[in-house]
Amino acid sequence: MIVLAVSGTGLTDMLTHPFIQHALVAGTGIAAASGLVGYFVVLRGQVFSGDLLSHVAFTGALAALAFGVDARLGLFVATVAVGLGIGVLGDRGHADDVVIGSVFTWVLGLGVLFVSIYTTSTAASDSTASVHVLFGSIFGLTTGQATVAALVGGGVCLVLILIARPLLFASLDQAVARARGVPVRLLGIGFLGLVGVCAGEATQAVGALLLLGLLAAPAGAAQRLTSRAWVAFWLSGGLAVASLWVGVTVSYLFASIPPSFAVMATATLLSAAAFAVRTIRDASASPRRAGPLRAPVAERSRR
Amino acid sequence: MLLAGFTWDVGADLRALFEFHFMVNAFRAGTIVAVVAALIGWFLVLRRQTFAGHTLALIAFPGASGAILVGISAAWGYFGFCLAGALVIAAVPRARARGYSEESAVIGTVQAFALACGFLFVTLYQGLLEGVNSLLFGSFLGITDGQVRTLFWVALAAVGVLALIGRPLLFASVDPDVAAARGVPVRALSILFLVVLAVAVGEAAQITGALLVFALLVVPPATAQAITARPLASAVLSVALALLATWLGLAVAYFTDYPIGFTITTVAFAAYVTVYAVRWVARSRLLLRGVG
Repeated sequence: MIVLAVSGTGLTDMLTHPFIQHALVAGTGIAAASGLVGYFVVLRGQVFSGDLLSHVAFTGALAALAFGVDARLGLFVATVAVGLGIGVLGDRGHADDVVIGSVFTWVLGLGVLFVSIYTTSTAASDSTASVHVLFGSIFGLTTGQATVAALVGGGVCLVLILIARPLLFASLDQAVARARGVPVRLLGIGFLGLVGVCAGEATQAVGALLLLGLLAAPAGAAQRLTSRAWVAFWLSGGLAVASLWVGVTVSYLFASIPPSFAVMATATLLSAAAFAVRTIRDASASPRRAGPLRAPVAERSRR
Repeated sequence: MLLAGFTWDVGADLRALFEFHFMVNAFRAGTIVAVVAALIGWFLVLRRQTFAGHTLALIAFPGASGAILVGISAAWGYFGFCLAGALVIAAVPRARARGYSEESAVIGTVQAFALACGFLFVTLYQGLLEGVNSLLFGSFLGITDGQVRTLFWVALAAVGVLALIGRPLLFASVDPDVAAARGVPVRALSILFLVVLAVAVGEAAQITGALLVFALLVVPPATAQAITARPLASAVLSVALALLATWLGLAVAYFTDYPIGFTITTVAFAAYVTVYAVRWVARSRLLLRGVG
């Protein structure tokens, strides 16, 4: 509100700039998809799969650039393939974090290799390509890119809403869901594929390194504010979109602040605010009743 | 780099490798960092705190870029931010009742925010945009004598502390409940360990970059612990593997134009995969013999 009051004139012509229009069109689709998918990512305890996908997104995009293909192709192929791969292997191989960490590191190392191939091989290349992939460049989208990003984001939301009911059931109580005939395994694999698409999307907006924040922060805040599943689901999407809009506006008003930082800072602030609200509410309610209410859900989703 | 061509004459290669002072410094710094990271990483893997290591490593990035923005040496930023991060992690109690899923959401948010802050600092400090890659993925160029000295004394202090608390820490890591019952100060030890870990991460990040700290901190100890379960032997082995990764990585990066981040991670990861493959073959052969 203070920002609005200080520079009201700047805000009125903000929407006339094409790069802001593109950023908002693409960003809304991306943020909505990230927020909604993120809710299930957090609920199912798969934040670290999201972390792995962000590393893969970096390597995939730069591999595509190094071989002279559109970066988005490499991005989506890599993230979706790895997402499905984790989903298929996930049930059998219970890889611990040492194994995951070692693979992470090597995937990133491979990404660095592609950076150097890209910057040395192509004559007209800019050496900031890796920075764009790592930290996003939402202000640099063309009309076509923005349209595709918005459409893909909308598609992810639509698919997720279609499978949301059985997915929630399977996430909360896998055994009972399976007994009732819900295809638990198929849902899990399909969901990780969706997370892959979403990671590829989010890389364009906030970059490979920060997409974990867009997945985790709104979802964590929403879960802390309410224990009702559907309210939290929609709230998470709403918070993500709000973070993006506020972030883009702040970055427009203060040119030295990069948009991906502004988006992440807003999401983090919302998350911290939710934490504070929850703590105050817990303190005012009877402490005995507030704690264990949510605990069984969280424990079960650990798998 | 291609400063000097690679030949099959090992003596000439070694001479070429140490011809320039920056390369000598790179090997000195790499050796110090490899020893510290491998020793502290050995406890890290044993205690299954790899995620704390990961978080501290990401905090190193805003630390270093913030220090450069303010105009002081990046080393201070690495150590300062990592130590502060370690104390914060130590201060946050293990929230069991809140549950795993909520905790991981918080960690993910904090990590992304730390990286975003680093990016902000880099953007504010205009002209460093090319330096982002070396902060994130490591660089072995331009290490000064003074930096090597700082690395050495900090490393000595960290290893000294680790030597003092090594035995009770091992006890507390393997069986915290029994150790606590026997009067070992488990909580104090874990805080002290986080501080030492922060130092190790801050050191390793200066060679491998903030994102690839695991290449020296986690992969060599994990490989060593897969080879042998005996504490002393695997600790020594883990140092040897980290040294191998660093030296080989530096040499390959010098003679080819592959980046250091790629060569070090690849050597370390190759050793890791090899050990696991050998173990898998040996185990399946044992199983086959058991069946037959």
